[in-house]
Amino acid sequence: MGLSHQEVEELQEIARQLRIDIVEMLAKAGSGHTGGSMSMVEILVALYFRHMRHRPHEPCWPDRDRLVLSKGHGAPALYAVLARAGYFPREELSRLRVLGSILQGHPDMAKTPGIDFSSGSIGQGLSAACGMALAARLDKKDLRVYSVLGDGDMQEGQTWEAAMAAAHYGLGNLSAIVDYNRVQSDGPVEEVMEISPLAAKWQAFGWRMMEIDGHNLADVSDALEWTSGKAESPSVVIAHTIKGKGLSFAEGKASYHGVAPSKAELEQARKELAPKRERVVR
Amino acid sequence: MSDMLGTRDAYGKTLARLGEEHPEIVVFDADLSKSTRSAEFGKRFPDRFFNMGLAEQNMLATAAGMAAYGKMPFVSTFAIFASGRAWEQIRQSICYSDLNVKIVATHGGVTVGADGGSHQCTEDVALMRVLPKMTVIVPADAYETEQVIEAVVEHRGPTYIRLARSKFPVCYGPDCSFKIGRAHRIREGRDVSIIAVGLMVHEAMEARDLLAADGIDARVVNMSTIKPIDEEEVLAAARETGGIVTAEEHSVIGGLGSAVAEIVCEKHPVPVKRIGVQDLFGMSGDPDSLLEFYGLKARDIAEAAKVVLDESARA
Repeated sequence: MGLSHQEVEELQEIARQLRIDIVEMLAKAGSGHTGGSMSMVEILVALYFRHMRHRPHEPCWPDRDRLVLSKGHGAPALYAVLARAGYFPREELSRLRVLGSILQGHPDMAKTPGIDFSSGSIGQGLSAACGMALAARLDKKDLRVYSVLGDGDMQEGQTWEAAMAAAHYGLGNLSAIVDYNRVQSDGPVEEVMEISPLAAKWQAFGWRMMEIDGHNLADVSDALEWTSGKAESPSVVIAHTIKGKGLSFAEGKASYHGVAPSKAELEQARKELAPKRERVVR
Repeated sequence: MSDMLGTRDAYGKTLARLGEEHPEIVVFDADLSKSTRSAEFGKRFPDRFFNMGLAEQNMLATAAGMAAYGKMPFVSTFAIFASGRAWEQIRQSICYSDLNVKIVATHGGVTVGADGGSHQCTEDVALMRVLPKMTVIVPADAYETEQVIEAVVEHRGPTYIRLARSKFPVCYGPDCSFKIGRAHRIREGRDVSIIAVGLMVHEAMEARDLLAADGIDARVVNMSTIKPIDEEEVLAAARETGGIVTAEEHSVIGGLGSAVAEIVCEKHPVPVKRIGVQDLFGMSGDPDSLLEFYGLKARDIAEAAKVVLDESARA
């Protein structure tokens, strides 16, 4: 069942507001990964505000769906989502990357409520998600495990070890979403280390596969709905995205992979991300 | 001659037994379950046993995901593949979040034998000891292994247990009493202390007999928990006997010898000699010849003890 026009608009508005939160956080911190945070906002919004079963006031609820952010450098986006969902006060966002903060440079499950797994070293997340999916199946729990991967994850061999194992064990309760923004730290992915044909790779490994526009919330939501259907094999959504989405100065640029916006850029971002209409959604 | 029993055999049996009363135990192996003996658990509890194929990095991180969910994974493969190939997964996915994963690695040390240097892991204790949150245990024989496995099931947190391929002479009986972090002073002695782990505990006991024949009264300590090390026992050896020989089937860099030297240097300097593999790789051969070749026999320990005695007498 697809989203109504109004539901799409509501999620779009959340995404818009979260983009501002992310830019503010990064600018305040003075460091962090802008491009890969902005590219996956719609993916996280659809997950946390539409598809995942979770309880922000009970972060360790045993029956919750889980998310493993394998591209841990996208932490600012996840933190903005978790704060908005109510896992911790929004004021914490201003303490990103500060000594003693609950918001580390990369996700730390021991410090941040709502983080299901620590990450930061690319390529390990899908394996951990497999472990959770296997465990849930062992306990006969009807929960789903999601893992958001980046281009870099596609270059790490361990991801393909995990892909092989997930198919071998028939993990129908596992959904991977690839934030395919095509730019990495040193430049365009195709120049650094080509990962295409991505769809064919996943299919060859025995996964159900769907390709979508990762910034179209209706598409993202439909795809997540599709992954949660009963299946004997794991599912992957290849979400075509734009690195730095929403920031004219950062879109598609490797130079903003691991760089925070300056003060002037923050001002510009506020203008670019301002609401297009008066209407403000709760 | 003492009985010879395999530490890995004791592991397989104990784990399969504990699986009954601990439904949270799940077991992973990377296509070496017959060798590591984790297959015994797999036979009893096929639903809770996962062969991950030859993909150690994925195996360790999958186990981490299982632990994050609430299970108690035991992960087995050979020591070099567990501690070497998957080191960063152990660091990032397990130790960083203090997850309850038990790594039980077999084929530690040169007594792996004929397979040669590629398979003889003499670096694992160093690699594991440096990781925050990690507990590192090297049992002395099959009986202690059984107790170690029982103890780590009751202990929460990442743990590395190093077992061997070869059968060991038995030092203990079923009545040994292992506690994590507690050394066992097997023999009292006043003149010099031998602190050993694994197979080398047996060699240390033989060295004690050799020294006794020369009128030297050597203390023998089994330091099966290398981390957290029993600092009090190390300092007692330094204070009361004035010199220490460490003995391990591992590189002298970073293992038991280093751990003991760190404490002694900082808190009570006395002469120390480290018996172990002297910054070399292994090679093919039968286990006993390899122990001779690398200077890991009782008489090597005894000679080192005499040097330590001379040095402490001069000090």
